Amino acid sequence: MAPMKLYGAVLSWNVTRCATALEEAGSDYEIVPINFATAEHKSPEHLVRNPFGQVPALQDGDLYVFESRAICKYAARKNKPELLREGNLEESAMVDVWMEVEANQYTSVLNPILFQVLISPMLGGTTDQKVVDENLEKLKKVLEVYEARLTKSKYLAGDFLSLADLNHVSVTLCLLATPYASVLDAYPHVKAWWSSLMERPSVQKVAAMMKPSA
Amino acid sequence: MSTNVARVLVCLEEVGAEYEVVNIDFQAKEHKSAEHLARNPFGQIPAFQDGDVVLFESRAISKYIIRKYKSAGEAADLLREGDLREAAMVDVWTEVEAHQYNPALSPVVYECLIYPAMRGVPTNQKVVDESLEKLRKVLDVYEARLSKHTYLAGDSVSFADLNHFPFTFYFMATPHASLFDSYPHVKAWWERLVARPSMKKLGATMAAAAAGIKQA
Repeated sequence: MAPMKLYGAVLSWNVTRCATALEEAGSDYEIVPINFATAEHKSPEHLVRNPFGQVPALQDGDLYVFESRAICKYAARKNKPELLREGNLEESAMVDVWMEVEANQYTSVLNPILFQVLISPMLGGTTDQKVVDENLEKLKKVLEVYEARLTKSKYLAGDFLSLADLNHVSVTLCLLATPYASVLDAYPHVKAWWSSLMERPSVQKVAAMMKPSA
Repeated sequence: MSTNVARVLVCLEEVGAEYEVVNIDFQAKEHKSAEHLARNPFGQIPAFQDGDVVLFESRAISKYIIRKYKSAGEAADLLREGDLREAAMVDVWTEVEAHQYNPALSPVVYECLIYPAMRGVPTNQKVVDESLEKLRKVLDVYEARLSKHTYLAGDSVSFADLNHFPFTFYFMATPHASLFDSYPHVKAWWERLVARPSMKKLGATMAAAAAGIKQA
Protein backbone atom coordinates (compact mmCIF):
# COMPACT_ATOMS: atom_id res chain seq x y z
CA MET A 1 0.00 0.00 0.00
CA ALA A 2 1.53 3.32 -1.06
CA PRO A 3 1.94 5.97 1.63
CA MET A 4 -0.59 8.79 1.68
CA LYS A 5 0.65 12.05 0.17
CA LEU A 6 0.20 15.39 1.94
CA TYR A 7 0.68 18.20 -0.58
CA GLY A 8 1.95 21.59 0.59
CA ALA A 9 4.79 23.39 2.33
CA VAL A 10 5.71 22.98 6.02
CA LEU A 11 5.72 26.78 6.18
CA SER A 12 1.91 26.60 6.14
CA TRP A 13 0.33 26.02 9.53
CA ASN A 14 -2.63 24.47 7.74
CA VAL A 15 -0.28 21.86 6.26
CA THR A 16 1.42 21.21 9.61
CA ARG A 17 -1.98 20.93 11.31
CA CYS A 18 -2.44 17.87 9.09
CA ALA A 19 1.11 16.62 9.72
CA THR A 20 0.41 16.68 13.47
CA ALA A 21 -2.69 14.52 13.07
CA LEU A 22 -0.96 12.15 10.64
CA GLU A 23 2.03 11.77 12.98
CA GLU A 24 -0.09 11.17 16.09
CA ALA A 25 -2.31 8.72 14.22
CA GLY A 26 0.81 6.82 13.10
CA SER A 27 -0.24 7.16 9.46
CA ASP A 28 2.04 6.13 6.62
CA TYR A 29 2.46 9.39 4.72
CA GLU A 30 4.93 11.67 2.98
CA ILE A 31 4.94 15.42 2.40
CA VAL A 32 5.08 16.50 -1.24
CA PRO A 33 5.97 20.19 -1.62
CA ILE A 34 3.92 22.43 -3.88
CA ASN A 35 5.79 25.28 -5.55
CA PHE A 36 3.75 28.48 -5.22
CA ALA A 37 6.41 30.51 -7.05
CA THR A 38 5.68 28.57 -10.25
CA ALA A 39 1.90 28.64 -9.56
CA GLU A 40 1.91 24.86 -9.14
CA HIS A 41 -1.09 25.25 -6.82
CA LYS A 42 -3.13 26.41 -9.83
CA SER A 43 -1.92 23.63 -12.15
CA PRO A 44 -4.47 21.17 -13.53
CA GLU A 45 -2.78 18.35 -11.55
CA HIS A 46 -3.19 20.17 -8.28
CA LEU A 47 -6.74 21.39 -9.00
CA VAL A 48 -7.75 17.71 -9.16
CA ARG A 49 -6.54 17.36 -5.56
CA ASN A 50 -7.95 20.70 -4.34
CA PRO A 51 -10.38 22.49 -6.68
CA PHE A 52 -9.79 25.77 -4.82
CA GLY A 53 -6.10 25.63 -5.76
CA GLN A 54 -4.94 25.67 -2.15
CA VAL A 55 -2.86 23.58 0.22
CA PRO A 56 -3.02 21.24 1.97
CA ALA A 57 -4.47 18.39 -0.04
CA LEU A 58 -4.21 14.69 0.85
CA GLN A 59 -4.12 11.78 -1.56
CA ASP A 60 -4.90 8.25 -0.35
CA GLY A 61 -4.95 5.98 -3.36
CA ASP A 62 -7.67 7.36 -5.61
CA LEU A 63 -9.22 9.49 -2.85
CA TYR A 64 -8.47 13.21 -2.55
CA VAL A 65 -9.30 15.07 0.65
CA PHE A 66 -8.83 18.81 1.11
CA GLU A 67 -9.45 21.45 3.85
CA SER A 68 -6.97 20.82 6.67
CA ARG A 69 -9.48 19.87 9.37
CA ALA A 70 -11.20 17.38 7.07
CA ILE A 71 -7.78 15.85 6.34
CA CYS A 72 -6.99 15.65 10.08
CA LYS A 73 -10.27 13.84 10.75
CA TYR A 74 -9.64 11.44 7.88
CA ALA A 75 -6.23 10.53 9.33
CA ALA A 76 -7.73 10.02 12.80
CA ARG A 77 -10.66 7.91 11.54
CA LYS A 78 -8.38 5.79 9.41
CA ASN A 79 -5.49 5.18 11.79
CA LYS A 80 -6.42 6.25 15.36
CA PRO A 81 -10.19 6.63 15.80
CA GLU A 82 -9.93 7.04 19.57
CA LEU A 83 -8.80 10.61 18.82
CA LEU A 84 -12.41 11.33 17.77
CA ARG A 85 -14.43 9.11 20.15
CA GLU A 86 -17.14 8.69 17.53
CA GLY A 87 -18.66 5.66 19.27
CA ASN A 88 -19.48 7.74 22.37
CA LEU A 89 -22.20 10.37 22.05
CA GLU A 90 -21.06 12.73 24.79
CA GLU A 91 -17.30 12.37 24.34
CA SER A 92 -17.48 12.86 20.56
CA ALA A 93 -19.60 15.97 21.15
CA MET A 94 -16.92 17.45 23.40
CA VAL A 95 -14.25 16.68 20.80
CA ASP A 96 -16.38 18.46 18.19
CA VAL A 97 -17.02 21.46 20.45
CA TRP A 98 -13.31 22.05 21.03
CA MET A 99 -12.42 21.42 17.38
CA GLU A 100 -14.93 24.14 16.47
CA VAL A 101 -13.50 26.41 19.18
CA GLU A 102 -10.00 25.92 17.73
CA ALA A 103 -11.19 27.01 14.31
CA ASN A 104 -13.69 29.73 15.20
CA GLN A 105 -12.23 31.31 18.35
CA TYR A 106 -8.51 30.44 18.70
CA THR A 107 -7.02 30.16 15.21
CA SER A 108 -9.32 32.91 13.88
CA VAL A 109 -7.51 35.44 16.10
CA LEU A 110 -4.06 33.85 15.78
CA ASN A 111 -4.15 33.81 11.96
CA PRO A 112 -3.95 37.62 11.54
CA ILE A 113 -1.15 37.84 14.13
CA LEU A 114 0.88 35.09 12.45
CA PHE A 115 0.28 36.57 9.01
CA GLN A 116 1.42 40.06 10.08
CA VAL A 117 4.46 38.90 12.01
CA LEU A 118 5.70 35.87 10.06
CA ILE A 119 4.34 36.02 6.52
CA SER A 120 3.92 39.66 5.53
CA PRO A 121 7.64 40.52 5.98
CA MET A 122 8.55 37.45 3.94
CA LEU A 123 6.37 38.75 1.09
CA GLY A 124 8.11 42.14 1.22
CA GLY A 125 5.33 43.79 3.23
CA THR A 126 5.30 45.33 6.68
CA THR A 127 3.79 44.22 9.97
CA ASP A 128 0.58 46.08 10.81
CA GLN A 129 1.07 46.44 14.55
CA LYS A 130 -2.52 47.64 15.07
CA VAL A 131 -3.85 44.34 13.68
CA VAL A 132 -1.41 42.42 15.89
CA ASP A 133 -2.37 44.35 19.02
CA GLU A 134 -6.14 44.08 18.44
CA ASN A 135 -5.91 40.35 17.92
CA LEU A 136 -3.62 39.83 20.91
CA GLU A 137 -6.30 41.42 23.08
CA LYS A 138 -8.90 39.06 21.62
CA LEU A 139 -6.51 36.13 22.12
CA LYS A 140 -6.20 36.94 25.83
CA LYS A 141 -9.98 36.76 26.24
CA VAL A 142 -10.00 33.40 24.44
CA LEU A 143 -7.17 32.13 26.64
CA GLU A 144 -9.22 33.02 29.74
CA VAL A 145 -11.86 30.55 28.54
CA TYR A 146 -9.20 27.90 27.84
CA GLU A 147 -7.68 28.47 31.31
CA ALA A 148 -11.06 27.88 32.95
CA ARG A 149 -11.62 24.75 30.86
CA LEU A 150 -8.17 23.27 31.48
CA THR A 151 -8.57 23.85 35.20
CA LYS A 152 -11.38 21.28 35.02
CA SER A 153 -9.92 18.69 32.66
CA LYS A 154 -6.49 17.54 31.56
CA TYR A 155 -7.25 17.99 27.86
CA LEU A 156 -9.82 20.10 26.06
CA ALA A 157 -12.49 17.46 25.39
CA GLY A 158 -12.02 15.74 28.76
CA ASP A 159 -9.31 13.73 30.47
CA PHE A 160 -8.30 12.11 27.18
CA LEU A 161 -6.15 13.46 24.34
CA SER A 162 -8.21 14.11 21.24
CA LEU A 163 -7.95 15.67 17.80
CA ALA A 164 -9.25 18.89 19.39
CA ASP A 165 -5.94 19.31 21.28
CA LEU A 166 -3.82 18.29 18.28
CA ASN A 167 -5.47 20.79 15.93
CA HIS A 168 -4.04 23.59 18.08
CA VAL A 169 -0.41 22.48 17.75
CA SER A 170 0.68 24.00 14.44
CA VAL A 171 -0.58 27.54 15.09
CA THR A 172 0.71 27.46 18.67
CA LEU A 173 4.17 26.41 17.48
CA CYS A 174 4.04 29.40 15.13
CA LEU A 175 3.01 31.70 18.00
CA LEU A 176 6.14 30.57 19.85
CA ALA A 177 8.19 31.77 16.87
CA THR A 178 6.83 35.32 17.27
CA PRO A 179 7.79 37.88 19.94
CA TYR A 180 4.41 37.22 21.59
CA ALA A 181 4.94 33.70 22.96
CA SER A 182 4.85 35.08 26.51
CA VAL A 183 1.12 35.80 26.14
CA LEU A 184 0.63 32.21 27.38
CA ASP A 185 2.49 32.87 30.66
CA ALA A 186 -0.56 34.38 32.37
CA TYR A 187 -2.48 31.13 31.89
CA PRO A 188 -0.77 28.37 33.93
CA HIS A 189 -3.17 25.55 33.03
CA VAL A 190 -2.90 26.44 29.35
CA LYS A 191 0.91 26.39 29.67
CA ALA A 192 0.81 23.01 31.41
CA TRP A 193 -1.47 21.61 28.69
CA TRP A 194 0.86 22.96 26.05
CA SER A 195 3.93 21.48 27.80
CA SER A 196 2.33 18.06 27.90
CA LEU A 197 1.56 18.29 24.17
CA MET A 198 5.18 19.33 23.47
CA GLU A 199 6.38 16.13 25.16
CA ARG A 200 4.66 13.99 22.56
CA PRO A 201 6.96 12.56 19.87
CA SER A 202 4.45 13.53 17.17
CA VAL A 203 4.54 17.18 18.24
CA GLN A 204 8.33 17.22 18.52
CA LYS A 205 8.57 15.83 15.00
CA VAL A 206 6.29 18.57 13.63
CA ALA A 207 8.22 21.25 15.57
CA ALA A 208 11.44 20.00 13.95
CA MET A 209 9.80 20.08 10.49
CA MET A 210 8.88 23.72 10.97
CA LYS A 211 12.34 24.92 12.00
CA PRO A 212 14.78 25.57 9.17
CA SER A 213 17.91 23.50 9.76
CA ALA A 214 20.41 25.46 11.87
CA MET B 1 -32.85 34.78 13.36
CA SER B 2 -29.19 33.93 13.88
CA THR B 3 -27.92 31.81 11.00
CA ASN B 4 -25.97 29.67 13.45
CA VAL B 5 -29.15 28.98 15.40
CA ALA B 6 -30.90 28.17 12.11
CA ARG B 7 -28.09 25.72 11.28
CA VAL B 8 -28.98 23.69 14.37
CA LEU B 9 -32.74 23.99 13.78
CA VAL B 10 -32.39 22.50 10.29
CA CYS B 11 -30.77 19.40 11.80
CA LEU B 12 -33.35 19.15 14.59
CA GLU B 13 -36.13 19.30 11.99
CA GLU B 14 -34.40 16.81 9.70
CA VAL B 15 -34.14 14.14 12.41
CA GLY B 16 -37.60 14.87 13.82
CA ALA B 17 -36.35 15.66 17.32
CA GLU B 18 -38.49 17.21 20.01
CA TYR B 19 -37.07 20.59 21.01
CA GLU B 20 -37.85 24.09 22.18
CA VAL B 21 -36.12 27.34 21.36
CA VAL B 22 -35.31 29.56 24.33
CA ASN B 23 -34.73 33.14 23.33
CA ILE B 24 -31.65 34.96 24.63
CA ASP B 25 -32.17 38.70 25.02
CA PHE B 26 -29.10 40.41 23.55
CA GLN B 27 -30.52 43.89 24.27
CA ALA B 28 -30.55 43.01 27.98
CA LYS B 29 -27.03 41.53 27.64
CA GLU B 30 -28.39 38.13 28.64
CA HIS B 31 -25.71 36.46 26.49
CA LYS B 32 -23.09 37.76 28.94
CA SER B 33 -24.98 36.67 32.06
CA ALA B 34 -23.49 34.06 34.38
CA GLU B 35 -26.29 31.62 33.47
CA HIS B 36 -25.56 31.87 29.78
CA LEU B 37 -21.77 31.81 30.17
CA ALA B 38 -22.23 28.46 31.92
CA ARG B 39 -23.78 27.20 28.66
CA ASN B 40 -21.42 29.00 26.25
CA PRO B 41 -18.24 30.40 27.83
CA PHE B 42 -17.74 32.70 24.82
CA GLY B 43 -21.10 34.37 25.55
CA GLN B 44 -22.48 33.52 22.11
CA ILE B 45 -25.47 31.73 20.61
CA PRO B 46 -26.43 29.03 20.06
CA ALA B 47 -26.00 26.97 23.18
CA PHE B 48 -27.76 23.64 23.65
CA GLN B 49 -28.92 21.52 26.52
CA ASP B 50 -30.07 17.89 26.45
CA GLY B 51 -30.45 16.68 30.03
CA ASP B 52 -26.97 16.96 31.54
CA VAL B 53 -25.30 17.51 28.20
CA VAL B 54 -24.53 21.19 27.53
CA LEU B 55 -22.93 22.10 24.20
CA PHE B 56 -21.98 25.15 22.16
CA GLU B 57 -20.67 25.88 18.62
CA SER B 58 -23.46 25.25 16.09
CA ARG B 59 -21.71 22.54 14.05
CA ALA B 60 -20.81 20.55 17.17
CA ILE B 61 -24.40 20.80 18.46
CA SER B 62 -25.74 19.74 15.05
CA LYS B 63 -23.53 16.65 14.88
CA TYR B 64 -24.56 15.57 18.39
CA ILE B 65 -28.20 15.80 17.34
CA ILE B 66 -27.61 13.85 14.14
CA ARG B 67 -25.70 11.09 15.93
CA LYS B 68 -28.27 10.86 18.74
CA TYR B 69 -31.09 10.31 16.27
CA LYS B 70 -29.06 8.03 13.98
CA SER B 71 -31.70 5.34 13.93
CA ALA B 72 -34.49 7.82 13.16
CA GLY B 73 -34.90 6.55 9.63
CA GLU B 74 -34.07 7.84 6.18
CA ALA B 75 -32.97 11.33 7.23
CA ALA B 76 -30.56 9.84 9.72
CA ASP B 77 -27.29 9.12 7.97
CA LEU B 78 -26.33 12.74 7.42
CA LEU B 79 -22.72 12.28 8.60
CA ARG B 80 -21.87 8.89 7.01
CA GLU B 81 -19.55 8.06 9.87
CA GLY B 82 -19.71 4.35 9.07
CA ASP B 83 -17.79 4.84 5.82
CA LEU B 84 -14.32 6.35 5.73
CA ARG B 85 -14.52 7.84 2.22
CA GLU B 86 -18.08 9.11 2.49
CA ALA B 87 -17.47 10.65 5.92
CA ALA B 88 -14.40 12.39 4.47
CA MET B 89 -16.52 13.94 1.70
CA VAL B 90 -19.07 15.19 4.25
CA ASP B 91 -16.23 16.75 6.25
CA VAL B 92 -14.60 18.31 3.17
CA TRP B 93 -17.78 20.06 2.00
CA THR B 94 -18.72 21.10 5.53
CA GLU B 95 -15.32 22.78 5.80
CA VAL B 96 -15.77 24.31 2.34
CA GLU B 97 -19.04 25.91 3.45
CA ALA B 98 -17.28 27.42 6.46
CA HIS B 99 -14.04 28.56 4.81
CA GLN B 100 -14.87 29.22 1.13
CA TYR B 101 -18.61 29.64 0.54
CA ASN B 102 -19.70 31.53 3.63
CA PRO B 103 -16.88 34.13 3.63
CA ALA B 104 -17.75 34.98 0.01
CA LEU B 105 -21.54 34.99 0.39
CA SER B 106 -22.23 36.31 3.88
CA PRO B 107 -20.88 39.88 3.34
CA VAL B 108 -23.55 40.32 0.64
CA VAL B 109 -26.22 39.28 3.15
CA TYR B 110 -24.79 41.61 5.80
CA GLU B 111 -24.50 44.60 3.47
CA CYS B 112 -27.81 44.18 1.67
CA LEU B 113 -30.07 42.95 4.47
CA ILE B 114 -28.67 42.88 7.96
CA TYR B 115 -26.79 46.18 8.35
CA PRO B 116 -29.53 48.31 6.73
CA ALA B 117 -32.22 46.65 8.87
CA MET B 118 -30.36 46.53 12.16
CA ARG B 119 -28.06 49.54 12.04
CA GLY B 120 -29.76 51.75 9.47
CA VAL B 121 -26.52 51.99 7.46
CA PRO B 122 -26.48 52.01 3.65
CA THR B 123 -25.10 49.09 1.65
CA ASN B 124 -21.35 49.25 1.00
CA GLN B 125 -21.39 48.45 -2.70
CA LYS B 126 -17.62 47.93 -2.88
CA VAL B 127 -17.82 45.12 -0.33
CA VAL B 128 -20.77 43.63 -2.19
CA ASP B 129 -18.97 43.73 -5.54
CA GLU B 130 -15.77 42.20 -4.15
CA SER B 131 -17.74 39.45 -2.42
CA LEU B 132 -19.75 38.66 -5.55
CA GLU B 133 -16.46 38.25 -7.48
CA LYS B 134 -15.21 35.78 -4.88
CA LEU B 135 -18.58 34.03 -4.81
CA ARG B 136 -18.52 33.52 -8.59
CA LYS B 137 -15.19 31.70 -8.29
CA VAL B 138 -16.54 29.54 -5.47
CA LEU B 139 -19.70 28.76 -7.45
CA ASP B 140 -17.52 27.68 -10.41
CA VAL B 141 -16.16 24.93 -8.16
CA TYR B 142 -19.64 24.04 -6.85
CA GLU B 143 -21.01 23.87 -10.41
CA ALA B 144 -18.29 21.40 -11.38
CA ARG B 145 -18.91 19.31 -8.25
CA LEU B 146 -22.70 19.29 -8.58
CA SER B 147 -22.41 18.33 -12.25
CA LYS B 148 -20.96 15.03 -11.03
CA HIS B 149 -23.01 14.42 -7.88
CA THR B 150 -26.58 15.17 -6.86
CA TYR B 151 -25.43 16.52 -3.52
CA LEU B 152 -22.10 17.87 -2.31
CA ALA B 153 -20.79 14.78 -0.53
CA GLY B 154 -22.30 12.25 -2.93
CA ASP B 155 -25.64 11.10 -4.21
CA SER B 156 -27.69 11.60 -1.07
CA VAL B 157 -28.16 14.65 1.11
CA SER B 158 -25.75 15.15 4.00
CA PHE B 159 -24.81 17.55 6.78
CA ALA B 160 -22.59 19.35 4.27
CA ASP B 161 -25.61 20.41 2.18
CA LEU B 162 -27.71 21.39 5.19
CA ASN B 163 -25.05 23.81 6.43
CA HIS B 164 -25.58 25.96 3.36
CA PHE B 165 -29.23 26.61 4.05
CA PRO B 166 -29.35 29.58 6.47
CA PHE B 167 -27.08 32.09 4.72
CA THR B 168 -28.17 31.03 1.23
CA PHE B 169 -31.81 31.49 2.22
CA TYR B 170 -31.05 35.09 3.19
CA PHE B 171 -28.91 35.60 0.06
CA MET B 172 -31.95 34.72 -2.04
CA ALA B 173 -33.73 37.70 -0.43
CA THR B 174 -31.02 40.14 -1.64
CA PRO B 175 -31.02 41.79 -5.10
CA HIS B 176 -28.26 39.35 -6.15
CA ALA B 177 -30.20 36.10 -6.00
CA SER B 178 -30.12 35.83 -9.79
CA LEU B 179 -26.37 35.13 -9.62
CA PHE B 180 -27.30 31.49 -9.07
CA ASP B 181 -29.03 31.41 -12.50
CA SER B 182 -25.58 31.27 -14.13
CA TYR B 183 -24.86 28.01 -12.31
CA PRO B 184 -27.62 25.58 -13.35
CA HIS B 185 -26.46 22.59 -11.30
CA VAL B 186 -26.02 24.77 -8.20
CA LYS B 187 -29.47 26.26 -8.73
CA ALA B 188 -31.04 22.82 -9.13
CA TRP B 189 -29.28 21.63 -5.97
CA TRP B 190 -30.58 24.64 -4.05
CA GLU B 191 -34.12 24.02 -5.28
CA ARG B 192 -33.90 20.38 -4.17
CA LEU B 193 -32.78 21.52 -0.72
CA VAL B 194 -35.50 24.11 -0.19
CA ALA B 195 -38.15 21.62 -1.20
CA ARG B 196 -37.31 19.59 1.91
CA PRO B 197 -39.98 19.86 4.63
CA SER B 198 -37.38 20.94 7.22
CA MET B 199 -36.33 23.88 5.08
CA LYS B 200 -39.81 24.93 4.09
CA LYS B 201 -40.75 25.06 7.75
CA LEU B 202 -37.60 26.84 8.83
CA GLY B 203 -37.71 29.24 5.87
CA ALA B 204 -41.16 30.39 6.93
CA THR B 205 -39.92 31.00 10.50
CA MET B 206 -36.85 32.89 9.28
CA ALA B 207 -38.87 35.06 6.90
CA ALA B 208 -41.29 35.94 9.70
CA ALA B 209 -38.42 36.81 12.04
CA ALA B 210 -36.83 39.00 9.35
CA ALA B 211 -40.14 40.81 8.76
CA GLY B 212 -40.32 41.40 12.51
CA ILE B 213 -36.86 43.04 12.52
CA LYS B 214 -37.72 45.36 9.62
CA GLN B 215 -40.82 46.61 11.43
CA ALA B 216 -39.06 47.18 14.76
